[in-house]
Amino acid sequence: MIKFFLMVNKQGQTRLSRYYEHVEIHKRTMLEAEVIKNCLSRSKEQCSFIEYKDFKLVYRQYAALFIVVGINETENEMAVYELIHNFVEVLDRYFSRVEKWCVMRNDHEVNVNSPYLTKTDTHLSFFFQSELDIMFNLDRVHIILDEMVLNGCIVETNKNRILAPLFVLDKMAES
Amino acid sequence: MSDVVERTLSALPGLLGQHDPGAGPGGGPGRVSATSRLGGLIRSITALSSKHEEEKLIQQEQTNLKATVSAPTTTLRLMKECMVRLIYCEMLGYESSFGYIHAIKLAQQGNLLEKRVGYLAVSLFLHENHELLLLLVNTVVKDLQSTNLVEVCMALTVVSQIFPREMIPAVLPLIEDKLQHSKEIIRRKAVQALYKFYLIAPNQVQHIHDKFRKALCDRDVGVMAASLHIYLQMIKKNASGYKDLTESFVTILKQVVGGKLPIDFNYHSVPAPWLQIQLLRILGLLGKDDPRTSELMYDVLDESLRRAEINHNITYGLKALTYVIQQDPNLALQHQMTIIECLDHPDPIIKRETLELLYRITNGQNVTVIIQKMLDYLRQSKEEYTIINLTGKIAELAEKYAPDNEWFIQTMNAVFSVGGDVMHPDIPNNFLRLLAEGFDDEKEDEQLRLYAVQSYLSLLEEEDTFYPQKFLQVMSWVLGEYSYLVNDGDPEVIITKLYRLLKQTFVTSETKAWIMSAITKISSRMPCSKTVDKLMQEFSTSLDTCMRQYAFELKHLCENKELMKNLLPLDASCDEIMVDASLSFLDGFVAEGLSCGAAPYKPHHQRQEEKLSQEKALNFEPYGLSFTSSMSSSGFTGRQSPAGLSLGSDVSGNSAEIGQKETNCLKLDSVRKLWGKEGYLPKKETKTGKEDKTQPVPQDSILMGHVVDLPLTQSEQQVVSLSEEDKEKQQLASTLFVGLGSNNTISLMGKADTTPQKFKKKSKISETQNSKETSSFQNIATLPFSPLPDTAPNNKENFQGNEHLGLRKVSLSSSEVLEASVSFDTSQSLTEAVLDEKLSNCRLSASSLFADSNIEVFQPSQSVPDIVANKAPLSLCLPGELADHPHSEIVELCSSDILTMYSCKVWTDDRLLLILFIANKSISPLKTVTLVFESAEHFKIFESLSCHFPVIEAQSMESCQKCVQLEKICTEGILSGSISYHLDTDTHLEFSLTFSLSDFIRPMKITTEDFGKLWLSFSNDVKQNLKMSPSQGSLSVVLNALKEKLKLHIVEIIGNEGIVACQLLPSVPCLLHCRTHARTLALWFRSSCSALPDSLLYQCQKVMEES
Repeated sequence: MIKFFLMVNKQGQTRLSRYYEHVEIHKRTMLEAEVIKNCLSRSKEQCSFIEYKDFKLVYRQYAALFIVVGINETENEMAVYELIHNFVEVLDRYFSRVEKWCVMRNDHEVNVNSPYLTKTDTHLSFFFQSELDIMFNLDRVHIILDEMVLNGCIVETNKNRILAPLFVLDKMAES
Repeated sequence: MSDVVERTLSALPGLLGQHDPGAGPGGGPGRVSATSRLGGLIRSITALSSKHEEEKLIQQEQTNLKATVSAPTTTLRLMKECMVRLIYCEMLGYESSFGYIHAIKLAQQGNLLEKRVGYLAVSLFLHENHELLLLLVNTVVKDLQSTNLVEVCMALTVVSQIFPREMIPAVLPLIEDKLQHSKEIIRRKAVQALYKFYLIAPNQVQHIHDKFRKALCDRDVGVMAASLHIYLQMIKKNASGYKDLTESFVTILKQVVGGKLPIDFNYHSVPAPWLQIQLLRILGLLGKDDPRTSELMYDVLDESLRRAEINHNITYGLKALTYVIQQDPNLALQHQMTIIECLDHPDPIIKRETLELLYRITNGQNVTVIIQKMLDYLRQSKEEYTIINLTGKIAELAEKYAPDNEWFIQTMNAVFSVGGDVMHPDIPNNFLRLLAEGFDDEKEDEQLRLYAVQSYLSLLEEEDTFYPQKFLQVMSWVLGEYSYLVNDGDPEVIITKLYRLLKQTFVTSETKAWIMSAITKISSRMPCSKTVDKLMQEFSTSLDTCMRQYAFELKHLCENKELMKNLLPLDASCDEIMVDASLSFLDGFVAEGLSCGAAPYKPHHQRQEEKLSQEKALNFEPYGLSFTSSMSSSGFTGRQSPAGLSLGSDVSGNSAEIGQKETNCLKLDSVRKLWGKEGYLPKKETKTGKEDKTQPVPQDSILMGHVVDLPLTQSEQQVVSLSEEDKEKQQLASTLFVGLGSNNTISLMGKADTTPQKFKKKSKISETQNSKETSSFQNIATLPFSPLPDTAPNNKENFQGNEHLGLRKVSLSSSEVLEASVSFDTSQSLTEAVLDEKLSNCRLSASSLFADSNIEVFQPSQSVPDIVANKAPLSLCLPGELADHPHSEIVELCSSDILTMYSCKVWTDDRLLLILFIANKSISPLKTVTLVFESAEHFKIFESLSCHFPVIEAQSMESCQKCVQLEKICTEGILSGSISYHLDTDTHLEFSLTFSLSDFIRPMKITTEDFGKLWLSFSNDVKQNLKMSPSQGSLSVVLNALKEKLKLHIVEIIGNEGIVACQLLPSVPCLLHCRTHARTLALWFRSSCSALPDSLLYQCQKVMEES
């Protein structure tokens, strides 16, 4: 079962959090700080799963943004690992910036530890843009996530079906 | 914050200007503009550089929001934006509860996206038990009935996220309707909502199980997939109930794997991988321990494996390998080089997984290498959890596979010094126990002890080395007990070393107690010692009162060497110490006191009862079982001698025995009488128990000593030229994987003892005793030890051997037998009868149990077994004292030509007894009849899950009784088991029994006044209105029906109101308030247990429907 779904940037700022078990607010911030500390301490060569206290963290890094999912021992790490990527692909499709995310991913694969300092300004805006996308559309990102994960279970992975309700909402809001 | 971000931020305004980030594909009017307040907040948040700034910003934001949300002029659109801002505040860790009610309002009033955000905010802000959640119910009901599908979707989504349990009946019919909806998304979300209900209140959706099946067969993949979540949960609870669906799941998986799904279910060209995983999980549960069901799956599993792409993430591979190895150790051989590489992997997580894998393939031949690897890892590890985990594994492997004494002691030394004070307390306890009790060979014992002493002496040689407290305690105990084994050792030297430790500041006072005790033991074996004198001098003025006391005790003992020697005999740590617990030597004193007019002594419980009855308050809290095992972990502080440690671990090792009540007193039975009125009683008693108690554990494990050819050939052929490094790795591989191969079975998951164990612990049984029986202590102390706890597991082993055979047999036996077995139970408890049973072995229990009742032996005519049908013949009857209690009919449980089994539930006041009768219908005696229950999630069976009859004579009957307890509340549950017997061949019959909650419900007799008090003290309540049928005329008729069926106690009926009380065994109370109005009966349950009202309501509903 999935316990929480987090998006945190390299500075340790939470950009999205969804808990599938009730956690008190002040405990959340502590947990998130610990979680990101754990993720940042790991290098690119190390695997994407961390055993943390009595549960496991599965994380992926997209440019400066970490997506971290806390799971218990009954959940399959690989399933969650791919779920994260599926989620990112859905966001891609929604924000129609597939190319950009690809650029980021490639960069992420090639360039391990050095941050995006060395990149040109255009790249830089791209990276920052994706984080801003999420920040400005926090409600929509949540709606997408709610379609994919409910009660800590993966409920939908078909991209068309995930986005369908949101597209309808957007269309109706337009008219 | 890094300067990167700062640079970015300075570019932000321009960036936002040229590129509106809110513009999604359908970027409509709902998008956020950079100039809005949300834009402002986001800009400020990204610019934050300190916690302090953040606090200031959010406080300011919250003040603004408070004003905006409560202003009547605020539009819904603005309100939606406010909600997102509130979500930000909470996400950063600042509670914004003032906005919760507005989130609910927005969900109620908003239009589409606003409504959705309202629902979203509710699901983020509130938790399951939040009181505001009730306000959402009306909105949800309205939206569920909406003609706008988008609204229906939203309502269904929020219901499956968060919904008040008690309001489920309000929406359930609406959601059930949605299961037939034409749109797949609605059907899918309806199933998801039902899943949520199943999670929080399984009883409420019990009636729609057939609809789940419909969902499983839905033409749409999504709906089917949604139903799998429910099935996974249900199968987890009761796999046997869903075996018939195995083929359906297999078919679905086949279709998925075969690429029959619509293309958009593919993920990177793999067909619906998550769905595959879910199906595999379900099949795994269904196939577990069931070869017949598993056979249905093999094909599709093979197919799935073949199609699955090999993933390169190593940990995953290792994980998979770990699991696969549980099935087939040979597979590890094919991957040995990968495993070796993983061992040197820089990532500690991968290393740990590798060690986990090695742990599973450890055997007598590779143990040294594997443990070396584990110790290497352990030394680098700082994390507490890892240390605890790994030390436990090393200790376990070392004890099991140690090649020689020297290695064992060295390994344990490493464990103690690294594991230190975080490791599990059982490790030192078990180690000392092993040393103290020894194993079969006296000489070996001595050598092990001697080696331990020598190694500790050399460790203590080095001054100023820091050792963990636990290690020091182990050392001092061993030195105290066994230092005499060192022939050339001068005890003075050892005492000096220990004395030096006492002076160290890092030694805690608990450890000092251990050291003092060691010094005392050693000094009892030497005439006089300067160091001891110095020590006594020094510590008799110590500020530490414990140390001072030890010093004085030592001083007094030193003055009487003879007494000291008697008190501290050599190598007697395993001998039992006897205490006269009844304090009989004080009888005279008591009599004197009584004659002078003193009040007679009342035991504690009696005093408590009196006090309670005065206060008129009831104590419904069950008295906590205090497990004696806690002794072993609590440490031995204060005055208790460290030698008590071995006693403590004995107790914990015998956990099967200790689930009983009132074991929190000292375990005094089976203890020799050494201390009495006159002080120490030096006369040696005959060691009655000693001989009997060391039951040799039968060595039915198969010897696996022989070494197999190293199965390296494959990899050797592949790698033609090996580099030096590779060669090294190869060598390591050959040492690691030695002993693994086709001819060798290794102990896998369960770590079954297939290898001869070097250190085999003696089994030691200490009887648990109710303190009520302590009056007859001295008698009991001379009783021989019961061998029962040893025999039970053996029976089980025998039985497992028969299992496969039995399974096939069962399929041949008539299925009617299985169906006929409706629920019947028995129960039994810790009454004296059971105690008898324990002492005299199962076989005798039946006869002793029925000794004073004239039970007739049932002799069915062999030619016409059909007559027996479902109902037992009259000649079967319960023993006298049980027959007086309410009980079920005696019903046939299972039967073959040879044997028939009957069962009967007896509902005594405080427990549920299950009586099982086993009749041998044949004309020859049946051998090795073994009855075994499967362990069930909801129930617990006392004393053990099995019952064994070596022989049942021809045409005769045996019986046994078990006490069944409800461990987890459920309305109905199945307890299954099997009986096997030997007549020419081994035969195996399966049976199952159904228990319902009402079996465990008993009336609670209380007064109206007490009811009132209790009612207020309970927080869990459930209300429900039930329709009354015309035949259920008045309240008293209904209540009497409930009373009869459910064993409730009617406290009082006044007019159209009534109050009823009952308790769930052992003592969980549940109160019920009923009121009739028109033709409805309003039920209101309250209990201290949250699950109980729900389940009881279900039972009441059933009774109402039936009557």
